[in-house]
Amino acid sequence: MGRPLLQRSPMPGLGLSMGITLTMLSIVVLLPIGALLLRGASFGLGNMWEVVNRPRVWSALFLSFRLSLLAAVFNLVFGVLLAWVLVRYRFPGRRILDAAVDLPFALPTAVAGIALTALYAPNGAFGSLAREVGVKIAYTQWGILIALIFVGLPFVARTVQPVIEEIEREVEEASATLGASRFYTLRHVILPMLAPAALTGFALALARAVGEYGSVIFIAGNIPLLTEIAPLLIVIQLEEFNYDGAAAIGIAMLLISFAMLLAINLIQIWSRRRIGHV
Amino acid sequence: MFDAGVKLPVPAKAPRFRPATQESPAVRWLLIGIAVLGLAVLVVAPLAAVFTEALAKGWAAAVTSLTHKDARDAIRLTLLITAIAVPLNAVFGIAAAWFITKFDFRGKAFLITLIDLPFSVSPVVAGLCLVLLFGANTALGGWLVAQGYPIIFALPGIALATMFVTFPFVARELIPVMIEQGRVEEEAALTLGASGWRIFWTVTLPNIRWALLYGVLLCNARAMGEFGAVAVVSGKIRGQTATMPITIEMMYNEYLSVAAFSLAAVLTALALVTLLLKTALEIRHADALAATHRH
Repeated sequence: MGRPLLQRSPMPGLGLSMGITLTMLSIVVLLPIGALLLRGASFGLGNMWEVVNRPRVWSALFLSFRLSLLAAVFNLVFGVLLAWVLVRYRFPGRRILDAAVDLPFALPTAVAGIALTALYAPNGAFGSLAREVGVKIAYTQWGILIALIFVGLPFVARTVQPVIEEIEREVEEASATLGASRFYTLRHVILPMLAPAALTGFALALARAVGEYGSVIFIAGNIPLLTEIAPLLIVIQLEEFNYDGAAAIGIAMLLISFAMLLAINLIQIWSRRRIGHV
Repeated sequence: MFDAGVKLPVPAKAPRFRPATQESPAVRWLLIGIAVLGLAVLVVAPLAAVFTEALAKGWAAAVTSLTHKDARDAIRLTLLITAIAVPLNAVFGIAAAWFITKFDFRGKAFLITLIDLPFSVSPVVAGLCLVLLFGANTALGGWLVAQGYPIIFALPGIALATMFVTFPFVARELIPVMIEQGRVEEEAALTLGASGWRIFWTVTLPNIRWALLYGVLLCNARAMGEFGAVAVVSGKIRGQTATMPITIEMMYNEYLSVAAFSLAAVLTALALVTLLLKTALEIRHADALAATHRH
């Protein structure tokens, strides 16, 4: 007869903890998301498709997705490198470096947005350097990419770090005694062990980047079809009091992020199976 | 056999020995160099830019801009919102962690997924959801406005938006810690006749206090700086619904660069304090924090 819905327990506080959990979860998260889906349902699938199926919306969704993917790939490589350096090497200033990794989590997105714009604007410290070689960063897609790299930077490093700490040295020694070069050991022994955690971090960075708003809008320039991101379209629809349009784009964004998370979970299950339980 | 008189030839200098489980020094320093340079450009430079822009016209201008009414109102509102949202989310986190780790029920994994949901929803979409539930032109929102309790473009909406985006922080930190600690101590207290609240205050809370503080710290940092979700629900009314990040945006768009960056510098300083406290917790109480944060 399967497990009972709730196993009897002498532990106190069931009613109170369950009540607080379900009530707050409903008010803060579930009812609002339900309201979005309900609005979409009453607007109708056909109408929603009409809103989304416009060049301006497609290009914004595609831009958000493409640049988020690029930023997440950069952070995947740089994050694994950071985690390795922070765990395995001892050098002066390591603690400061370790704390600096978390800065993008702690710094408010609007602050990051105006700071990055000040740096990469044509008259800014990095922007003027780029201008000399003929590259414009702020108010182009490059600027958006840099903002997305900034907000996603800590995810991969922070998920991979504990895994590197737990790797047993014996595994590497065994590999070395069998005649593997250091590079071969890193490539075929260490990297596969890090893959599931790195993918988790990659997924988190990607999900964060697709929905990111605050750090991007200042540096993006927000030119339709060129540097307009999907979340900005929702804000524009809301400013025009077009709630149905906003709901349609919002649901499209929800679907994209869930599809991405699902895909990443499947990849993770596959990689765990291929490598064994790590 | 072994004649003490025979001296084995000793090489003048032993060849340098490198363990097989280490990279060569050249590779090591190259990787460290890339890490330091990357973080300096990507993270430290924007941090420095906040302060240099704030002080572009000197200390006096920066301080004067902070005493302006808009800036003071924004600081007051942000503190108020944080004082509402963070304790409520802490209560939720404790209740959810207790419910999930002290009882066995079906659908536990699903519940944890729902609690994590806000991390995969764009803040702007979160704000949109709240507008569609509580906005003045919806059934519920219209009724609340008629009763004299507007939610959207008012304080409750900003608090709800802030709670939405910071919802999982405390629960996520407490659940792994409480799973690891198990129920043995609570069960022992129970057999000794302690009441539920007594068990919580004298057994559970001392065990989870550092993890709780850690979660509250992360929740607080995000709550003070939330922009996207708040921007959608706040209406950006000066002196009433403009939080610090919203005011920074308004000043920046009005080309009040020094004022915008001065207010940003205050938030940045708070972020640095958060990082400092977080690092201190990680060093001193590593064992009491969730496994993923162990150093």
